[in-house]
Amino acid sequence: MQPKTIRAKINGKNIRVPAGLSILDAAKQAQIKIPTLCKHPDLPATAACGLCIVKIKDSKKLLRSCCTTLEEGMDIITHDPEIVEVRKTVLELILSNHPNDCLQCGRSYYCELQKLTADFAIQEELFEKIVKNKTKDTSTKSIVLEPAKCIRCGRCVEVCQQIQDVWALGFLSRGINMRIAPAGDLETANINLAESPCVRCGQCSAHCPTGAIFEYDQTETTWAKLRDENNYCVAQIAPAVRVAIGESFGYPIGTNLTKKLYAVLRRLGFKAVFDTNFGADVTIVEEATEFVQRFAHKKGPLPLITSCCPSWVDFMEKYIHGAIDLFSSCKSPHEMVGALAKTYFAEKNKIDPKRICVVSIMPCTSKKFEIIRSQEMFSSGQQDVDLSLTTRELARMIRQAGIDFKNLPDEEPDHILGDYAGGGTIFGTTGGVMEAALRTAYNMITGENLKNVEIDIVRGLQRVKEGTIDIKGTKVRVAVAHGLGNVRYLMNKVLEAKKNNQEPPYHFIEVMACPGGCVAGGGQPYGVTDDLRIKRAQGLYEDDRDQKVRCCHDNPYIQKLYDEFLGKPLSEKSHHLLHTSYIARKTYLK
Amino acid sequence: MPYKHYILICAGTACESSHAQEIHDNFIKEIKDRQLESDVQVVKTGCFGFCEQGPIVKILPDNAFYVKLKPEDVKEIVDENIIKGRVVQRLLYSPKEDKGRHQMTDVANIDFYQKQFRIVLRNCGIIDPEKIDEYIARDGYKALEKVLFEMSPTQVIDEVSRSGLRGRGGAGFPTGLKWSFTQKTSSDVKYIVCNADEGDPGAYMDRSTLEGDPHSILEAMTIAGYAVGAHKGYIYIRAEYPLAIERLNIAIGQARDYGLLGEKILGSNFDFDIEIRLGAGAFVCGEETALLASVEGERGMPRPRPPFPAVKGLWGKPTVINNVETWANIPVIILKGASWFAKIGTERSKGTKVFALTGKINNSGLIEVPMGTTLREIIFDIGGGIKDGKQFKAAQTGGPSGGVIPAEFLDTPIDYDNLTAIGSMMGSGGMIVMDEDDCIVDITKFYLQFSVDESCGKCAPCRIGGYQLLNLLEKITSGRGEMADLNKLFKISQAMQKASLCGLGQTASNPVLSTMKYFGEEYQEHIQNNKCRARKCAQLLKFEILPEKCVKCGLCAKVCPVGAISGDREKGYVIDQAKCIRCGQCLERCKFKAITRG
Repeated sequence: MQPKTIRAKINGKNIRVPAGLSILDAAKQAQIKIPTLCKHPDLPATAACGLCIVKIKDSKKLLRSCCTTLEEGMDIITHDPEIVEVRKTVLELILSNHPNDCLQCGRSYYCELQKLTADFAIQEELFEKIVKNKTKDTSTKSIVLEPAKCIRCGRCVEVCQQIQDVWALGFLSRGINMRIAPAGDLETANINLAESPCVRCGQCSAHCPTGAIFEYDQTETTWAKLRDENNYCVAQIAPAVRVAIGESFGYPIGTNLTKKLYAVLRRLGFKAVFDTNFGADVTIVEEATEFVQRFAHKKGPLPLITSCCPSWVDFMEKYIHGAIDLFSSCKSPHEMVGALAKTYFAEKNKIDPKRICVVSIMPCTSKKFEIIRSQEMFSSGQQDVDLSLTTRELARMIRQAGIDFKNLPDEEPDHILGDYAGGGTIFGTTGGVMEAALRTAYNMITGENLKNVEIDIVRGLQRVKEGTIDIKGTKVRVAVAHGLGNVRYLMNKVLEAKKNNQEPPYHFIEVMACPGGCVAGGGQPYGVTDDLRIKRAQGLYEDDRDQKVRCCHDNPYIQKLYDEFLGKPLSEKSHHLLHTSYIARKTYLK
Repeated sequence: MPYKHYILICAGTACESSHAQEIHDNFIKEIKDRQLESDVQVVKTGCFGFCEQGPIVKILPDNAFYVKLKPEDVKEIVDENIIKGRVVQRLLYSPKEDKGRHQMTDVANIDFYQKQFRIVLRNCGIIDPEKIDEYIARDGYKALEKVLFEMSPTQVIDEVSRSGLRGRGGAGFPTGLKWSFTQKTSSDVKYIVCNADEGDPGAYMDRSTLEGDPHSILEAMTIAGYAVGAHKGYIYIRAEYPLAIERLNIAIGQARDYGLLGEKILGSNFDFDIEIRLGAGAFVCGEETALLASVEGERGMPRPRPPFPAVKGLWGKPTVINNVETWANIPVIILKGASWFAKIGTERSKGTKVFALTGKINNSGLIEVPMGTTLREIIFDIGGGIKDGKQFKAAQTGGPSGGVIPAEFLDTPIDYDNLTAIGSMMGSGGMIVMDEDDCIVDITKFYLQFSVDESCGKCAPCRIGGYQLLNLLEKITSGRGEMADLNKLFKISQAMQKASLCGLGQTASNPVLSTMKYFGEEYQEHIQNNKCRARKCAQLLKFEILPEKCVKCGLCAKVCPVGAISGDREKGYVIDQAKCIRCGQCLERCKFKAITRG
């Protein structure tokens, strides 16, 4: 059926747009960007900020364009002196409720409020300053809440409750004292974010228009590690970082900058540069082996559920205890690289593992927590990964160092933990882990590689992807979900079948906590939309296509790793270094 | 065998809080002691409206209207009025200007009731709200019977539409039109909601209606359920109305017992039931979308409209939500007909409006008048004029969302459109009368404080704008105001009106705009002359000692808590204005009237 289109006027210009668009979205088709601080393309309109007001011609009443649907024949005015004046006053009011800390704020330069203030040329403080809620919450060591900087747009609450289904953040109190906080916050029940159900996915920080929710910045700690000459600092970059870092340096969205990242990390002072993609290849070999054992040899429960996303693991440990035995015991790829760096790499290069400092560059805020989440993250005898930085933190370090990123030469990674197959790089997007695992599982079951390794049914931004893969006559039922809010649907089916002792609805499930997967992780450059998710993922799929080796098990360095060090997949050594376990946790720690 | 006397005791919240229960118990006891139970019936009724004069007891058929009763007066009334047939003159109501003549035996002659016309309050003060039979005896549930067996749903909606009834919650949206939206929206489930989250300061008509005539609301909601195809209703009422909740619960129980709620109502094929939901007293939950969120168990914050609840309301289903007073009109409209109703009122505002008349007025209380009654009639005829012979200054309508009406508009016929045109609004019907002793800036600050406290905090213009307005008013009333603040007040007020999400924020600045419009010079006096003509703003007062009256006793210097008064019994005393905190202790204690406040 042809989608219905409607005709309307925006600022006197005739437009034809699909029915159902908000005035705000329709106006973009008339080259008008209506200002807003609360509406985010990912989220339903909350109508909180009051800036996106427009009027219908000859009507006095102003409407919020974010939540008003454009209707046939409407004649909309998006700006006139009155509208601009009201917007400016509202903005001045918002500023009166916001500290003037721009110079000391991590969000400076990327702040939506700051930008709008500049656009409206607000140069004096018209109203008295009211700044309350000064308590900063750094308890998660992943995400920092600074309620004083909050403009109460509600995006974080919306994303935490509706998109992620986590319900760590909510609105507390009312009027001028209204604030975003974990239910029963520091002021009322002394509950901090770490004691709330927060899974540290950082989607709140990625959607926050100001510096009120910000990653726990560890750039200074990293510089200190680099400066200490006793340290042998090594870095690794996650799959999704390579296709997003460019946005901070003026590249087109989705540009793959793997080799410039290797170069820049060396210039920042890292002695060796590895690639988490290599860790992804190891993960796949281990996880595919696990899958084949459970699926083909009936050793262990099905479905097998992927475990490479720490927020997903945290969510499951807090909310879905019935799924604990279904989880793959594999650590996430960067943890594997960390453990191998301090054992395999250290041994081969005769470096004291105590001196090695592993810094992960991740699209993720949750990884900051993952590196200390359990005793198993210290498998090498040291903390396997010492620090985890977000893509945004790395971009800041590059600028602090004054490195001309764009003009750097391409460089190669350090071997034995740096070379990767195509399957490893697509870990950074929803469906990628499943696709890479199926490529390897197919080989393990049939002894040969898939003719066409690209598995389309697990690709794309559809919220839940379900399908069947034919492994020479054997049907494998797979499902992929991204965005924790989409998990319930899958898990309810799984747990229902488990309860009734029925055949499981799926054999293999992949979950990534962030919508779109790691490409749109909580630590990635700001301004994520579905369009951007698609382009970043595209960058990864192109990287996959460009690799000579597409399947993780074919990576010669993986084969070398097993030959020289681990023995075989799921060996005792690999169990010790590369696997972990899970426990049921309370949703609220208090 | 009919009773010889009926003793109607007002059991509204106001009278109950001044010993109506004790009065009731005394009547029961006295009647019992004299073995008159078969001759006299004692009835606890809903509110009589004339709260100024409570506790009120009315005795029929004598039509004796006893006011300001004390429990100890009961014996005399029984002995004299019931037994000897002699009305107790000293306990009767007498109008202010008629002191001591005590002739107002007939209710119809009492000034307070003369210009009133009761539709909504038709049963209040007449029936026992806890007895369904008394409601039925006054044509209760007859309208429901009529719609179920004689009218189609569309006919019901047509009747309501033709009556011209508009929502009494404040905004005045045509009720029939609202119902028709819900009727036309197809859905498996629809809901009826009664908004009983009355919150305007001083307004209590909804509480009184529910306390005095709960069945009228149940009947009306059931009628609406039939008209739009809903089978479930919710009454959202604030938990601070325990008496109303109790009577509603009793009424719902009785209606179910009588087959007037539940399955197959009156043997028809129509099912409808009602549940009560308690609100925790947040003012914003009176806003319909916030109310629905609250019923759903969510945080009570307004949601964007459209979609309107009539199309997408409770749990996303089409929902008719009307205010208590609106509902109370429905059975009468059905029984007496739309054209009867449409004859009452003005061209675009039909029927009556209940006002809670309070402030500096002689007869405060609950009144119901036809739309189009002038403010002068309400204040001077019904309300008996301003207390202590003072000068009328302004009337405030619409509560914190409304504005002030100055003397020049006393003759404006009151209806939705006229009130809006003069910068106020109907609101839910609070009406507070001010005299020359009220400071307009101070009053504005009071309303702003209310809105600021009650803002949910969701949208920036209301959350921050209201708070900034309050800051500015505080500044002005404490003598720190600047002329530039007036412009800021105006600027913020405008932005709040235009950019706030819900009615609370859009109207919260109305008191500022309307008082600045009509009493601008008072603002200027506060700022430029540091003067509050009503002498309300303590920070602007100047206390001075008049040497010609001062006897140099030194008492003022002794009582001053901050040591602002210095001097000795030789030279006399002076007040150091910089130290003075304007507490007024010196003035109060000076026996020689030697201290002035200006």
